[in-house]
Amino acid sequence: MKLRTEFVEGLRIAGEAIRGNLLRSVLTTLGIVIGIVTVTLMATAIQGLDQSFSQAISFLGADVLHVDQREWFIDSDVKWDAAQRRNKITLQQVRAVERGLDGVLGVAPVVMNQVPAVHYKDRSSSVVMLIATSDQYLTTSGITLSAGRFMTKAEADGNRDVCVIGADIAEKLFVHESPLGKRLYATSEALEVIGVIDRRGTVLGRLNLDSQIIIPIRKMFTSFLWSPSCIIDVKVGDPARLDAVREELRGLLRKIRRVAPGRPDDFAINQQEELLDRFRKVSGVIATSGFFITGLSLFVGGIGIMNIMFVSVVERTAEIGLRKALGARRRTILLQFLIEAASVALIGGVIALLIARGLVEVGKQFLATLALSPGVVLLALGVALATGIVSGFLPAWRAAQMTPVEALRNE
Amino acid sequence: MSLIHLDAICRSYDMGSETVHALRGVSLDIARGEYVAIMGPSGSGKSTLMNVLGCLDTPSSGAYELNGNNVGEMDDDALADIRNREIGFVFQTFNLLARSSALRNVELPLVYAGIDPDERREIALGALRDVGLADRVSHRPNEMSGGQRQRVAIARALVNRPSILLADEPTGNLDSRTGIEILELFDALCAKGHTLIVVTHEEEVARHARRIVRIRDGLVESDTRSHETAH
Repeated sequence: MKLRTEFVEGLRIAGEAIRGNLLRSVLTTLGIVIGIVTVTLMATAIQGLDQSFSQAISFLGADVLHVDQREWFIDSDVKWDAAQRRNKITLQQVRAVERGLDGVLGVAPVVMNQVPAVHYKDRSSSVVMLIATSDQYLTTSGITLSAGRFMTKAEADGNRDVCVIGADIAEKLFVHESPLGKRLYATSEALEVIGVIDRRGTVLGRLNLDSQIIIPIRKMFTSFLWSPSCIIDVKVGDPARLDAVREELRGLLRKIRRVAPGRPDDFAINQQEELLDRFRKVSGVIATSGFFITGLSLFVGGIGIMNIMFVSVVERTAEIGLRKALGARRRTILLQFLIEAASVALIGGVIALLIARGLVEVGKQFLATLALSPGVVLLALGVALATGIVSGFLPAWRAAQMTPVEALRNE
Repeated sequence: MSLIHLDAICRSYDMGSETVHALRGVSLDIARGEYVAIMGPSGSGKSTLMNVLGCLDTPSSGAYELNGNNVGEMDDDALADIRNREIGFVFQTFNLLARSSALRNVELPLVYAGIDPDERREIALGALRDVGLADRVSHRPNEMSGGQRQRVAIARALVNRPSILLADEPTGNLDSRTGIEILELFDALCAKGHTLIVVTHEEEVARHARRIVRIRDGLVESDTRSHETAH
């Protein structure tokens, strides 16, 4: 008998058997449904978080190096203390890097400082991040403007009273008028708005990238912070050259900051990749433990299928005997019951996906990047199928091994 | 050459500590076109003999040749093929699939023979017509009378054009009138040249056969032919 005919026949018999015991079949799938729903939701949540996080930190730029006094991740208090004692990165050092580093798209100093509010007439916008930087920031940060222009080199170097504002601030302070050319107040400092940044959203729902004001770097020194340490953003441009530029930058900084040979760096070069690595480690742990738990529920579901398949085999012993008498081979019987078990599990998988889809829709309100991807759907169906086949094998094997005489005797 | 050739067939079962000898050396030849009744009291070994004849069971010793095939040395799957090709079974309890229509029940041996669906349907419809059930094709077993069910079973047994039709107490679950109908159908099949073997303990049933083989204690007690048997 051809495998295809056998398969079609197996499907047909499985359909009849499942319809014949509909309630029992549905109850059996319940375990699988729960297992597959958890698998699907786990995978979807992890994918969603991954994506959400990647999106969130994309403002850092994949090909941007961030030179700072401190590493983004410091594992021990000792290291933290050591990092705290390091010399500040001065504006002169930034200039030296600008001069000494070739073949990069941009180098910008950055100093950030949060102010409680900025004002325009009787309006105000609260919790505003001041970003003091140079004209190069337009390149290094990758921001785009919805109105006006960014500051020029002359404005940045000349420490002019200009600013480029985030979308939220523009909205709050300037209701029925263009913000361009208007003067707003950050504490006592009057700044002319020359540009508005395109909306950028928030980072993980916390850091609002649209409540920022970009000002010339020296403004920070003259009006807000007495002697801050700079961050140096270096836009490499070509991701393939990231490591090479990183090494070059490191050597340059050691020279500029006069780090003696053999001494460790007294600065850190951070990049988005480290953040992603950290996150992947965490999400990897979540995934492993999560899949272990879902594995358990699948195991329970699989045992349920195995159980009911054993019952099904015993109930249909006479039928197995008859089929064998009429010429069914062992393989045919094995396949018949395997297909039945796999069908039950697959139906469970489909039900589970429908439920999961509903739950994902609900979850979207909390995490916008949540979506049931084709990969996850395939994974869910594959896992369901595998569970059905694995748990159906033993009962099917037992059915296939029955001798026709004994099976027929069982009326 | 005979269709069936049994030579000193023994079959014993291990029942824990003791060994039960169901057949103790049965030799038997059945030619094509014969109508044989196998009789014997319960425990005589006639069921075991039927299982061996039907290739459902293999003898412990002795040789069994069916239509030129040496059945005694075949494995399970080869036996399944032989059953599918050479033997049509009719059981006392009909053994139809309850959830399937008459047509589908009759199609079953053709499915295992690997015949295409369209052709399968044609052949099965023909077989149902031959047993007078052309108008019951899509009925399920529980929608039919006992006689009709047994006719479906006979159609199923014949659908693969087997060498022998092997019936185990075919009238055991039928009232006497329906039983006679079935036996008349058997007579007609015999007249058409089919080889029939009927296992029974009813003299009434056996009387239709042209040859009666009586089994007792695992041995052939008597083997009588045609009309001599009528006492």
